[in-house]
Amino acid sequence: MMFVPGNNPGMMADAHIYGPDSIMLDLEDSVTMAEKDAARLLVHNALKSIDYGTTEMVVRINPLSTPYGRKDVEAVVKAGVDVIRMPKTETADEVRELEAEIIKVEEEIGCVGRTQIMAAIESALGIVNAYEIATASKRMMGIALGAEDYTANLKTPRTPEGSELLLARETIVVAARAAGIACFDTVYSNLDDMETFRKEVELIKNLGFDGKSIINPRQIEVVNEVFAPKRKDIDKALKIIAAIKEARAKGSGVIAVNGKMVDRPVVLRAERVIALAVASGILNEEELS
Amino acid sequence: MRNSKVVSLEEAIRRSGLKDGMTISFHHHFRGGDKVVNMVVDKLAGMGFKDLKLAASSLSDVHSPLIEHIKNGVITGISTSGLRGQLASEISHGLMSEPVVFRSHGGRGSAIANGDLHIDVAFLGASSCDCLGNASGCPRSENAKSICGSLGYALPDAKHADHVVVLTDDLVDYPNVPKSISACDVESVVVVESVGDSSKISSGAIRDSKNPRDILLAQQAAKVIINSGYFVDGFSIQTGTGGASLAAVKYIRESMIEKGIKASFALGGITAHMVKLHEEGLIGRLIDVQSFDKVAAESIASDQLHQEVSAVEYASADNPGSAVHALDIVILSALEVDVDFNVNVLVGSDGVIRGAIGGHPDTAEDSALSIIVCPLLRGRIPCVVPKVTTLITPGAGVDVVVTEYGIAVNPRRPEIAARLKEAGLKVVDIHDLAAKATSVIGVPDPLPFGDKVVGIVMDRHGKVLDKIYNIK
Repeated sequence: MMFVPGNNPGMMADAHIYGPDSIMLDLEDSVTMAEKDAARLLVHNALKSIDYGTTEMVVRINPLSTPYGRKDVEAVVKAGVDVIRMPKTETADEVRELEAEIIKVEEEIGCVGRTQIMAAIESALGIVNAYEIATASKRMMGIALGAEDYTANLKTPRTPEGSELLLARETIVVAARAAGIACFDTVYSNLDDMETFRKEVELIKNLGFDGKSIINPRQIEVVNEVFAPKRKDIDKALKIIAAIKEARAKGSGVIAVNGKMVDRPVVLRAERVIALAVASGILNEEELS
Repeated sequence: MRNSKVVSLEEAIRRSGLKDGMTISFHHHFRGGDKVVNMVVDKLAGMGFKDLKLAASSLSDVHSPLIEHIKNGVITGISTSGLRGQLASEISHGLMSEPVVFRSHGGRGSAIANGDLHIDVAFLGASSCDCLGNASGCPRSENAKSICGSLGYALPDAKHADHVVVLTDDLVDYPNVPKSISACDVESVVVVESVGDSSKISSGAIRDSKNPRDILLAQQAAKVIINSGYFVDGFSIQTGTGGASLAAVKYIRESMIEKGIKASFALGGITAHMVKLHEEGLIGRLIDVQSFDKVAAESIASDQLHQEVSAVEYASADNPGSAVHALDIVILSALEVDVDFNVNVLVGSDGVIRGAIGGHPDTAEDSALSIIVCPLLRGRIPCVVPKVTTLITPGAGVDVVVTEYGIAVNPRRPEIAARLKEAGLKVVDIHDLAAKATSVIGVPDPLPFGDKVVGIVMDRHGKVLDKIYNIK
């Protein structure tokens, strides 16, 4: 998910050419008070007029407690945004409040249920309430960590190895998995240190995150490289899926591949590897059939 | 007796027999730092010359003082590869009564060699020169100030002009060898305070582009090359100096190392990037018509396998010995490409001249694979268009166009399109790219051209290819 300032038309116009899975147009922290209205108008028109293809479109709105939040919801829902990202979420009630706002606009334009919600958790209270937030609405598609505000709230600096974020990250992954939704890690903002960035992406992938927020197209390649399954894992997954198909056809129960028992978790993991491989363009449909 | 060739600029001009109406020539190896053109034309104006024809290998922003000399009738004709800045703008708006004649580097070399472009007196700046006129772009003493490396574009002038004056800011002991310009071709040597501002002649270090669009274009261009069928051991390559071209070299390098492929030579304007690959053993030889930066200029001065070539040896269409005939792959840029793969690198989308032909048509036509790298959109300006504003490189010689929205392959090269598709690259119809640009930006208003011809574009074979009209 690539962050793009909502007040920069040049960046908004071609953010999708770099191939991010999703684009988050920002109305919150990257836009100054004086430009909130102008940015809202720009984002509305970008969503309506730019052909972003299959890229998932997310808009980060201002909190509903500010004078801008409700206007943001109206503008982006009317423009047909896929997902609204709610900043600084601390309680399930806040999610339900946003949902009510979304429903109001959706009813007005006759498309109830179209807009999904992603909640950014950026405080200790938010982490404590992570599962309640994740399950607050049927529209919840994911939760994300916002590390800058979170570490400020914890009264600790951000370190390169990220030990201060470990609990938050694990909590978010566990809450998301328990709720059956996706989870996304925070941004890494030093563009000149790709080594540390790569290590961080490897870490959060291993923790179980579905993706990473990024702030520059140059970071896309690293995320894709880390998340793309390795060839040997894909081959193994393909073998497992083939063995399962064969076993089902024969009506046999337990099967083994390379002498190891294949049970349900193994199959699920194999399916995820295949799905990632297809999403990364490493596997095509022909190889699957 | 020995120093009889070393004279003042005024004396050199007097000795040259220059008369009103004659053609004088210059090279552009000092690029934005050039002091020779302005210095010589100022002197000629002071001596009362009129109606001179100025034949430069290229002109740039630094030559805006020529505007006054055009207004005063000192200069009444110009031929060049490029024009930029205020001079270009004034000429586009109709400053001159005679149109400027534009030629490619190879086209200029050929025209000088075959007499189409006759030069009466060549004024050639050199970084070092001895008292007899052996001149070089390389430093030969501690006093060297203005170092440019190759003097490739000056060599046809030195060989074919009726009279040659070398200007230098470092007169060195005889013999100044190895030489680029031979004393046998030189009539006078003029020592001046400075021939160029070294900070503007070339940049110092390699700077990799951090512009994500350049990086994207570079990655795509590199993938095109790697999967084109021409990326085999012993291939040859030329790249430009734009951010995307230079970044592409980085990705090609990685692939060369990974696959164990080496290039036989790199051609054209040589950059620090190419020198690095050469020093790493990835490129056998560097054939250098213009050393683009300090690293390249230092390399040509010290490395036997890094050789200077003249513009004729580089890119002449008529001469079967020219290097472009042996060139496999070239990466080029563009201001505009149209749906017939024609390219414009000279006239901006506002109708004002703002570029240089360079070796674009020469290398596109003669290379086995020519790749144009250009963004579909530059801000609000579309770069893939229905028809180019000015035709510089005919589409017949252009094979692949790489944009951030996809790669278009000339229908004349279906085998390349097939290879790129096979490799999973996003190959699109060029008409779809043009339509995409229109869908984002809309259809621009037609440019307000007048009916006065301000420029004539010659093709590299010496025929008129297009005309540039004044912009209102």
